[in-house]
Order: sequence, then C-alpha cells, then structure tokens
Amino acid sequence: MTDIRLEAISKHYGAFKAADNVDLAVAQGEFVTILGPSGSGKTTLLSLIAGLNQPSTGRILIGGRDVTGSSPQQRNVGLVFQSYALFPHMSVFDNVAFPLRVRKTPADALRRKVMAALELVQLHGLAGRRPAQLSGGQQQRVALARAFVFEPDILLLDEPLGALDRKLREELQVELKQLQRRLGVTTILVTHDQEEALSLSDRVMVLDRGQVQQIAAPQEAYLRPANRFVADFLGIANFVPLPGGREGVIRPERIRLAAAGGLPAQVVEAVYLGQIIRYHLTAEGRNFVAAAPFVGQPHAIGDTVSLTWVEADVWPVA
Amino acid sequence: MAAILAERRHGFGFVTPLLVVMLAAFNLPILYMLALGFWSKQGGFTTEHYAALFDAPIYLRVLANTLRISVVATLVNVAIGYPLAYWMRGLSPRAQFIAVACVITPFWISILVRTYAWIVVLGNNGMVNRLLQWTGLTDAPVSFLYNELGVMIGMANVLLPFLVLPLFAAMLRIDDRLMQAAASMGAPPRTIFLKVFLPLTMPALASGALLVFILCLGFYVTPAILGGGKVPMISNLLDFLINQIPRWEQASAVSTILLVVTLLIFAAYRALDRKVGA
Repeated sequence: MTDIRLEAISKHYGAFKAADNVDLAVAQGEFVTILGPSGSGKTTLLSLIAGLNQPSTGRILIGGRDVTGSSPQQRNVGLVFQSYALFPHMSVFDNVAFPLRVRKTPADALRRKVMAALELVQLHGLAGRRPAQLSGGQQQRVALARAFVFEPDILLLDEPLGALDRKLREELQVELKQLQRRLGVTTILVTHDQEEALSLSDRVMVLDRGQVQQIAAPQEAYLRPANRFVADFLGIANFVPLPGGREGVIRPERIRLAAAGGLPAQVVEAVYLGQIIRYHLTAEGRNFVAAAPFVGQPHAIGDTVSLTWVEADVWPVA
Repeated sequence: MAAILAERRHGFGFVTPLLVVMLAAFNLPILYMLALGFWSKQGGFTTEHYAALFDAPIYLRVLANTLRISVVATLVNVAIGYPLAYWMRGLSPRAQFIAVACVITPFWISILVRTYAWIVVLGNNGMVNRLLQWTGLTDAPVSFLYNELGVMIGMANVLLPFLVLPLFAAMLRIDDRLMQAAASMGAPPRTIFLKVFLPLTMPALASGALLVFILCLGFYVTPAILGGGKVPMISNLLDFLINQIPRWEQASAVSTILLVVTLLIFAAYRALDRKVGA
C-alpha cells in the first residue's frame, strides 16, 4: 500500500512520443484513471509503471523507492490486462494461486488466501473450473483476484471492463470500486471510456498524444476542463462565445429549454434516452446539445425554443 | 428434418464414387495384406507366420532396433526442434519468414538427393571429416556413415520440419501477455518457462514428436543409404522379405506387428492427452 510518482516520464519509439514528459503523483490508497483515446499512450504509461517496458527518460517511484530500470518481478505490482491473460492450462484456483506459489507461500496459507480472494470476487464455487469454462465477467473477476491475492503494493488495471457488455460493465464498475475501497490499495486504471473514468476514480488524468491534458477530480474535469480536448473528450460540450473573443464550455444538462427569454433555437433532432431526452439544436449558426428530463410533452423537430443558462455554468477554455 | 435428411442422402450420392475408390484402392489392399499373414500356403487359416516371427529372434531384434533408433531420432529432433522453434518465435516477422523458409526448403528437395548429400558431407573425405582433421580434433576420419549414427543424423534432418513447423505455429499462438502477467506476479524467467510456456506448447510438442516417431518407424530410404545395409530397420527387412526372397506372408506378419505397435503408441498418446486435457 504505497504511493506512486512519475517524474518527467517520456517514452520514444523513434520520432514517435508515446509518453511525453508525464508527471503524476498518486496518493496512498487513491484510485486514479488514465483516460485518453486509443493511441494516446495510456497503456504505454501503465506498462512503464508495471516494468514491462522501460521509459526513455524520467523516474518512477513506488512507495518512495526508485524502481526505474527494475524488472516487473521486483516491483510487487498487481496487473490486470484487458484480455485478462489467464493461464488457460490452469484451473481458477491455480491461476489465483500462481503469484503465491512463486512466493513460496505455505500450502495452508495459500489455500486460505486463494479462497478468501475468490470469495471477495464471488467465485469461490468455481475454483475447479478452467478459464475457458467461465463467462467474460467471471474471467475478469479471476484476473482481478489473481492481481490482488498477493497483496501487491499497487494495482494496475488496463481496460479491465472493456470486453464486457454494457450492463455487466456497469455492475462490475460498482464492484470494482467497492473492492478497491475495501482493499485500500493504490490503483491506476486505464480506459478510453469517459463514463467509466468519471464513475470510478478519485481523480482522472486525461492524456492526448502522450501529453497530460489535465489531472483533476472527475467533476472538476467535467465541469471545468483545462482545454477544448478535455471538454470534448469528457462527454458532450457546447461551446459559446464569451466577451473578449474567448470561448466557454457548458454541459448539455445545464442548458434549459424555455418558451421565451433566452437564445432562440430550432430543434434539429430529439433523442430519447430513457430518463432524459437529448435535443440537438441550432441557434445563430451554432450547434447546441441540451439534455432535459423526460417529463411532459417533448419538443418536436422543427420547434422553436429558447435556450437559457446561468453564466456561472460557462467555463472559459483556451 | 425430412428435407435435411433428403439433402444428406443427396450429398451422399456425390461422395459415393470417391468412397468406392478409397475402399478399392486403399482399404482392400491393406485388408488383403493383413489377411495374407494368416493365409497358409496349403490354403486356410494359420498362425504359423506369426509363430515363425517369434521363433527366429532376428525379427524381434530388428523391431527392437527400429524402435530404439526411432526413439533416439525423435529425442534428437525434440532437442534440436524445440529450441529452434523457440528461437524463431522471438524473431522479427521478416526474420521469421526467412527462418521458416530455411526449415521448409529441404522439403522441396527429393529425399534421395538429400540423403546422398549427407554422404558428401559426412563421408571419410567429406567436409566434416576434413574439418575435424584440419583442426586437429581427430587424426583419422570419424566414421559417420554406414552405422546408426549416420542413420540418426539423416532421419533427424529429414524429419525436423515435421516437428518444428507445428511447434512454431503453436508457440506463435501463445499470447505474450501471459508471460508478462506471470512476470508481474513475480515469477522469474525459469518459472515462467516451466509453468506457463512449456505446458502450453506441450500438446504441439507431443503430437509433433509422435508424428516424427511414427514416420521414423517406417523409414526406408535413409536407413538403406546412410546405413549401408548394416543398420537393419523394419522397412529394410520388409524390402528384403518381399523383393529378395520373396516371402509375402512373413512380410505381412511383420507389417501387422508394426501396425499394431504404432496403433498402441498412438492409443497411449491419446489416453495421456485426454487425461492431461481433462
């Protein structure tokens, strides 16, 4: 249970910079998500922290210890791959026991720890199964149990829920969060899914083309994005002009549709999403997206409405 | 349901000529050959040819000799083939292509040409002996040919692709992340190889080795040429029984025993494989 520090980490592949001067400090027990589109260098960063890859420049400290240049074996890191990387020739029990056997854990303690870990991920009944006999969600849980059973200093998760369907993913997000809180282990998760990042983490680090765009708490990054890229990547953004030629961003749920008294706009599209209805609108040649609770009679395509918002909800971006 | 059955019967009509050819051209001769071993010269059923096999120790000695040479040639193949396939896995795709080409090229050259090439290489005045004497490692030429050593070298060479190619394909299918995951859990390279990599390549290794072994059992050209008639294997014995004497019934009995031994080994492999797979 320790903190992680990345100091000016860069990773070059020829002229390509997969990570460009990245600084990050993750506190003990904190859950940080690295968020970025594919090719942004987020998985590279994770593999550098795990020691599967070495940075071109910079230092990595885990628990105050400089681990730059050391092998993955020396780092005591729990790692979950997107593909789970379960050993297909071993049972669930043997998969979870693997890191303990490597550490020469005595048989009775090994058995107790493996069963406790499987209990935590609600798989204790399936210890004898092979990975191929499990569903995707169950395989994901085995990978998770295997990653924390040996009490690693830190937990690294590479798109752990990426291969699951939406409903299961949402269930497992809640489970993952509870598990991480219970274990109190410092965790870094990598994802391209902004909803996942916002719902799971204490802080998010938004990455684009190897460069850090913003490190902030989820609400902070969502409502007060550091730049246009972060604003666009973390959900839907409306850009409105501000005095002095600047632009500001406002989120769809902060725009109200009134009968009059605001900016006149035309409804172009209405998307029904269950709890809310999302309107795509045009006003003064600009496109707007507004989200309204689905109550009463919805506006029809072609209707003219009036958009209003509170000035304080507009956040200036560069 | 009826439509599907009708369709199946329909398809069967197309396959029937092929089945007839298979039966007449392949299966009937084999059955005839098997029956021959139980056919007395005076007519009627007999087991005298099998009794003769066990009376004359030469037959069982040749069988034992064949099994022994095949085991050693297979082991040599595994000892060379596994590291070779492992090395190939780590190469860049381009280098892999070249390496695979190098392994396959001998396939395209006639087995006869390849075997005679070994005579040029391993003969008393061959490249290897001249090199050995030039470096002063030996004074007199080492006899590689016309003994078991020559036969094993030749068989290992001819059969290597049969082991390397399936093994290499199986190794390519292993996800690198499995090894990375094992490393992240603290496993040293030796443990990663023994507990993760080796078990995952075991099925391919076992079936490849079995294929090589079974091919060894029936090898004819290489023992005939590189053994110079001094290393009797089953096929050479069969050639002798059929073309020199000729005693077809005896040859049939020997072939039947070879077939039974091969099937037994195959059955043992299947049983083991199923046990491991379960």
